[in-house]
Amino acid sequence: MQGRVHSTESFGSADGPGVRFIVFLQGCPMRCRYCHNPDTWALDRGTLMEPAELLDQAERYRSYWGREGGITVSGGEALLQPEFVAELFEAAHARGINTCLDTSLAPFTRQQPFYQAWERIMAACDLVLADIKHIDPAEHRALTGHSNENILDALRWLSDAGFPVWIRHVLVPGITDNDEHLRRTADFIKTLSNVRRVDVLPYHSLGVYKWDELGIPYTLRDTQPPSKERVENAERILGAAVSGLPQA
Amino acid sequence: MALREEWQGFSAGHWTDDVNVRDFIQRNYTQYDGDESFLAGPTEATDKLWGKVQELQKQERANGGVLDCETEVVSGLTAYGPGYIDPELKDLEKVVGLQTDKPLKRAFMPYGGIKMAQQAAESYGYKINPKYNQIFNEYRKTHNQAVFDAYTPEMRAARHSHVITGLPDTYGRGRIVGDYRRVALYGIDFLIAKKQEDLLNCGDGTMTDDVIRLREEIAEQIRALKGMKEMAKLYGYDISQPARDAHEAVQWLYFGYLAAIKTQNGAAMSVGRISTFLDIYIQRDLEAGKLDETQAQELIDHLVLKFRMVKFARIPSYNELFSGDPVWATLEMAGLGQDGRHMVTKNDFRFLHTLENMGPAPEPNLTVLYSKRLPEAFRRYAAKISITTSSIQYENDDVMRPVWGDDYSICCCVSATQTGKEMQFFGARANLAKCLNYAINGGKDLKYTDKQGNHMQVGPELAPITSEYLDYDEVMHKFDIMMDWLAGLYVNILDLIQYMHDKYYYEAAEMALIDTDVRRTFATGIAGFSHVVDSLSAIKYARVRTVRDESGLVVDYVPEGDFPRYGNDDDRADDIAVWLLKTFMTKIKKHHTYRNSEATTSILTITSNVVYGKATGALPDGRPAYTPFSPGANPSYGAEKNGLLASLNSVAKLPYEYALDGISNTQTINPGALGTDETQRVSNLVNVLDGYFANGAHHLNVNVFGVEKLKDAMEHPEKPEYANFTIRVSGYAVKFIDLTREQQLDVIARTCHDHM
Repeated sequence: MQGRVHSTESFGSADGPGVRFIVFLQGCPMRCRYCHNPDTWALDRGTLMEPAELLDQAERYRSYWGREGGITVSGGEALLQPEFVAELFEAAHARGINTCLDTSLAPFTRQQPFYQAWERIMAACDLVLADIKHIDPAEHRALTGHSNENILDALRWLSDAGFPVWIRHVLVPGITDNDEHLRRTADFIKTLSNVRRVDVLPYHSLGVYKWDELGIPYTLRDTQPPSKERVENAERILGAAVSGLPQA
Repeated sequence: MALREEWQGFSAGHWTDDVNVRDFIQRNYTQYDGDESFLAGPTEATDKLWGKVQELQKQERANGGVLDCETEVVSGLTAYGPGYIDPELKDLEKVVGLQTDKPLKRAFMPYGGIKMAQQAAESYGYKINPKYNQIFNEYRKTHNQAVFDAYTPEMRAARHSHVITGLPDTYGRGRIVGDYRRVALYGIDFLIAKKQEDLLNCGDGTMTDDVIRLREEIAEQIRALKGMKEMAKLYGYDISQPARDAHEAVQWLYFGYLAAIKTQNGAAMSVGRISTFLDIYIQRDLEAGKLDETQAQELIDHLVLKFRMVKFARIPSYNELFSGDPVWATLEMAGLGQDGRHMVTKNDFRFLHTLENMGPAPEPNLTVLYSKRLPEAFRRYAAKISITTSSIQYENDDVMRPVWGDDYSICCCVSATQTGKEMQFFGARANLAKCLNYAINGGKDLKYTDKQGNHMQVGPELAPITSEYLDYDEVMHKFDIMMDWLAGLYVNILDLIQYMHDKYYYEAAEMALIDTDVRRTFATGIAGFSHVVDSLSAIKYARVRTVRDESGLVVDYVPEGDFPRYGNDDDRADDIAVWLLKTFMTKIKKHHTYRNSEATTSILTITSNVVYGKATGALPDGRPAYTPFSPGANPSYGAEKNGLLASLNSVAKLPYEYALDGISNTQTINPGALGTDETQRVSNLVNVLDGYFANGAHHLNVNVFGVEKLKDAMEHPEKPEYANFTIRVSGYAVKFIDLTREQQLDVIARTCHDHM
């Protein structure tokens, strides 16, 4: 089957272990106020591509992957096209390619038909990079326009399955950069058995021009990137939650 | 046979009877598979000397770029008395010898061209003693004048219009790497005896041109060897016999190199593959307890300190071509032997470590001969030093070794040459982008006019293309004819220049350290590469509308629609790139080349991409008139849309076999795009290098910094942190603040691979 692809990047260095080929899928249900790729939101855009086509392209970079690298499917929100991701990952594994899913987990549900595709994806996935946008349900909704209940449920599912996960948390001054919220996030992460690593991603405004191009009002125009001290503070609080676990 | 006393502890072989440094290395070097933890920091002496040199460099900058300039004495092996970094610190210098009697003072070197030597001095406010006017104009002709005596009007026109440019007719051709290791291993007397034997056996008495010339050259070489001994004596050393220990080996070798830079001001004065060789001496002394690691590092630090101080007086037009005062004291490490053993020694770590002990610096031009099969600890250390200093270049040993063996050096930036066995006739580059314009405009130049004020007819007067939209087949047909013309003219210009250089500015000191029966390569080059590829792709895959002036010449192009560009791993464009290289090289090879040399080509512009671009009108790919080309084999500005690896893959498709003089690629990576922490950055850079070279690519300059740093350094060059801020440009490293503003802007404009 075909998937809607926004774009690809040959040199992904931070989205999973090693050097990775990144597939950005089109479409996202979230409307994060700090999103740096609002051009990936619309569901009806992108280029239609077959898994084999994408993998042929990815394999042009195989020589750079070394022992750890492979492909990462990102977005947009990859889980909006769950059957496509399942097919892509299965095909990748058949070719011996390491797979990584970078997701907000927003589409997650234990209901069919999604759940069936989800199980297929997980069977062919080597690592999940999951965002916790905000630990507080109300704040999460205000930031992303979406509840976080099913997201936390997905993380519990992954924990129960013992599936390796990297947690990523975007640090936005005035929104997520708050010691109390950070501690609550850390407390939640401590309840999970499978978190190999937590990355704090400092907010940046490099994607603002895209909002302007799309004519969507950007509401964080006055927000500055967090200071080095605040980033280290967040890394300390969240990092403590994974201490003692082996690094992926 | 008993080994000479100086060679005790070494394993004997062919090298003991004949000059054969490779054999010595292969029988005696010690591989090192460990990491950098054994390395030692700088000694107090190193700190003091480097501190002094930095002070002098600061004064040099404050003085407009030149600290001092000789105006009275013509440079030669013994022309100047001994010189030291600081007479008061002279006992701290483990390696002695300067080009002149004072540090950073530029010698007077008139043989390449008296006019240039005078101009160079004058541009920095010095005046050469006027007596030299008469001497070098009336009594003794120089290279530059000789070339211009013989140039044809067609050659002058091509040179004037910059369709062939940057030629070594106003500066020394350089790029000859003497095997300076020979001085250390054998001592001068043995080398003289061997050359005397060669002279006896040169010719059967029939005096053909070749025999006469060679006999005279060998005699010059012997004279140079004798001069080297005298030069060393000025510093209190007798180098007639082999070096007895590591200290002497380093010093002897440096004297060999010093002889070269006292007698030649070639564009590139490379040091060669000395690291593994010197390690053998250091290892012997370490094992004998005569040296400890701190002392070993000090020797290498002081040697490198000397390479950092090499200077020549250059004319302004030279500085525009090769910005930032480079000398290409290129120095190699690592690589694999023909027997499959890697050649990484502790000394390779020591040379890289100089960038930590004394901070980053553009010289020597440290070059790692790379292979995935080098030990991982070494690859990681090199990557780490790249990330912190942006001062290293990488060249693919796996593509060079099959062609050049396992004892080649890099002369200049990317050109391999078998050490002590080969020399190169360096020949700048042909402007293929301008050639494409000539194909479209019937050989007329857009920028330059003749005496009547008409567009200059430089190329053959082909019927120009008159259609509004360019037709691919028509353009290709005319481009082919125009390239034929250009290749022929180019080779002939170079034949002439090389002939005169041999005659008037022969490199006796360097050639004395190379086998008499030398192999010669004839190095041509290509400028404007990516723009020609993209232009042809635009004509083929989109529609290109011409914009003409009142005389009917095409002065601008409007590409309509999308077209694939070189640098995106898109075969449609990359196939054109491969075709272009093969076609041009094949045309070059048709022609006779001077002294039976082997023609090669490079895709390397150094910083001359700015000058060549400024002389070249608009192109069908949409590049505006008179703007810089992209450097070397790099894709055009803004063409790379699919990230770093796609860009690397495009360059890796160019077959090295057709560009044996090298394919230069320079990439700047934002540290954040390489990974989130140091370990990840190192791993990812190693992965990038492994992959790129496994794909058959030839060369990569690696810069790791953000554009913001460049902008800040341009605006605030006075900040102390920028005094030694070094970046890699096409083929060499340079202190960013020493580039002209135009060059700085060009560097900033280039793609910085950033990941969002």
